[in-house]
Amino acid sequence: MFQATPFTQRKRRTEQLAKAILVLMTLCLVIPLVLIVGYLVIQAAPILSWDFLTSNPIRGMRAGGIWSPLLGTLYLVVISLVIATPIGVLAAVFLNEYARESWFTRAVNLAVVNLAGVPSIVHALFGLGAFVLFAHLGKSILAASLTLAIMTMPVIIASTKEALAAVPLAFREACWNVGATRWQTIRHVVLPNSISGILTGIILQVSRAAGETAPIMFTGAVFFKAIEEGNVFAYGLFDQCMTLSMHLFTISTQVPDVPHALPYGTAVVLLGTVLLVNTLAIGLRIYLRSRKKW
Amino acid sequence: MVMQPPVIEIRDLRVSYGAKSALKGISLDVRRNEVLGIIGPAQSGKTTLLRVLNRTIENTPSAKVQGTVLVDGQDISRLRDVTDLRRRIGMVAPLPVGLPISIYDNVAFAPRMAGIRSKAELDERVERCLTHAALWDEVKDRLHTLGTKLSGGQQQRLTIARALSHDPEILCLDEFSIAIDPVTTMRIEDVLKELKNSMTIILVTNLVQQARRLADRTAFILNGDLVELDDNSVVFSDHPGSRQTYDYVNGIFG
Repeated sequence: MFQATPFTQRKRRTEQLAKAILVLMTLCLVIPLVLIVGYLVIQAAPILSWDFLTSNPIRGMRAGGIWSPLLGTLYLVVISLVIATPIGVLAAVFLNEYARESWFTRAVNLAVVNLAGVPSIVHALFGLGAFVLFAHLGKSILAASLTLAIMTMPVIIASTKEALAAVPLAFREACWNVGATRWQTIRHVVLPNSISGILTGIILQVSRAAGETAPIMFTGAVFFKAIEEGNVFAYGLFDQCMTLSMHLFTISTQVPDVPHALPYGTAVVLLGTVLLVNTLAIGLRIYLRSRKKW
Repeated sequence: MVMQPPVIEIRDLRVSYGAKSALKGISLDVRRNEVLGIIGPAQSGKTTLLRVLNRTIENTPSAKVQGTVLVDGQDISRLRDVTDLRRRIGMVAPLPVGLPISIYDNVAFAPRMAGIRSKAELDERVERCLTHAALWDEVKDRLHTLGTKLSGGQQQRLTIARALSHDPEILCLDEFSIAIDPVTTMRIEDVLKELKNSMTIILVTNLVQQARRLADRTAFILNGDLVELDDNSVVFSDHPGSRQTYDYVNGIFG
């Protein structure tokens, strides 16, 4: 009764083969990641210390720490997200919850998708033209943050729209049926049930904003700048700043005789910053999802 | 019987979705405090009719509505605040939708959205509505657990409680019993018999016998046309106004 026929044997072999291939592909993904991170950390180990984080680069960036670029990166990431998040999320709420299908919304949606795919160097040129020159902000933290905000906003809009669309229409209809307005429905039912997805989209943009070099090179980042060590308010909005990504580029390619561990140390800190933010985000998401109710 | 003005007057209502027409010129009145049964096969336009009443049809961009609908003598297409209209009409959809908030919050949602803040008043309403929906005894000890954790039948009763929570004058039930068991259905039917003293009920149903049991008058809709609307004693008699009605009611119609 349970005897294997050629067909069931073939099915079993296919099943095993498929599983083997999938496991192999997963390993292809994990092994390089482990190697890269491991290699970086081993190379950087001699230089990593609290002092490294909290002191400025010295002697033509051949010694000292990375305080100035680290703080610069934090400024850019925080300010750009403070600008991009409210605009992006609210625009997505409008597009998903209020806007009716029309040539206008189709054009906006098309623009969002396309903007999300524009290479960062194009955003850099736009930022240079619009913020540095036209708006007379000069090369500054503000101009660079605005440029990064323009770069991250379309992706935030797209991911927020997706998170909102994942909330079942039946929930909205149930609210409308009892006389709730659109905004009440959004405020009390739609947003609480999509907030974890919205956050994920925003957080992914943190690593993008922290890692990009091109958009800030033209709009606010400098080769070298020493700032007061230990003072987190050492930069002003209209100052130029150093950033980790640019600093890494500089000391790896532009400055001769840099100690071997220095670029690796910078890379590890950049990676660590992004990982830290992502870990926080994942933690927050798990917490919010545990409260998700259907 | 003293003639009161009808609570709902529908005149030559036509609704189409794109090229497909769902209602082809329906006119009917709904009398105050009656139970109006609406029967008819699937796709005949029953749900569309209800969605026109509370103007949720407007959420379907392809739907086009012509004709007039008066509720309490007011043309609903001219109302500036559609939420006013929706608060007067309780709507129960065929499939239960528990909102992903607590049982208490599900029922308190509409009153809160209407601006009621007093805890005592909310408590009283929640208990009254859940009792009317025959759910209070089952959930009174766990009001603060999630509405979505209830069984399908319980969620449907929760939906009914929510539809009562904003004190509607008109209660529309759209095949409310398809997701619940016969015993619970009977309990809710008993509740409806009580509620009809204080409100008008429109009962859309696939179950011909349910309309026969509950309704004062019954309308038979077929393919977007109103075939017949009369007292139950006529519609369910051996000689209703239309041969089609007789066939449908007696299951001859295929």
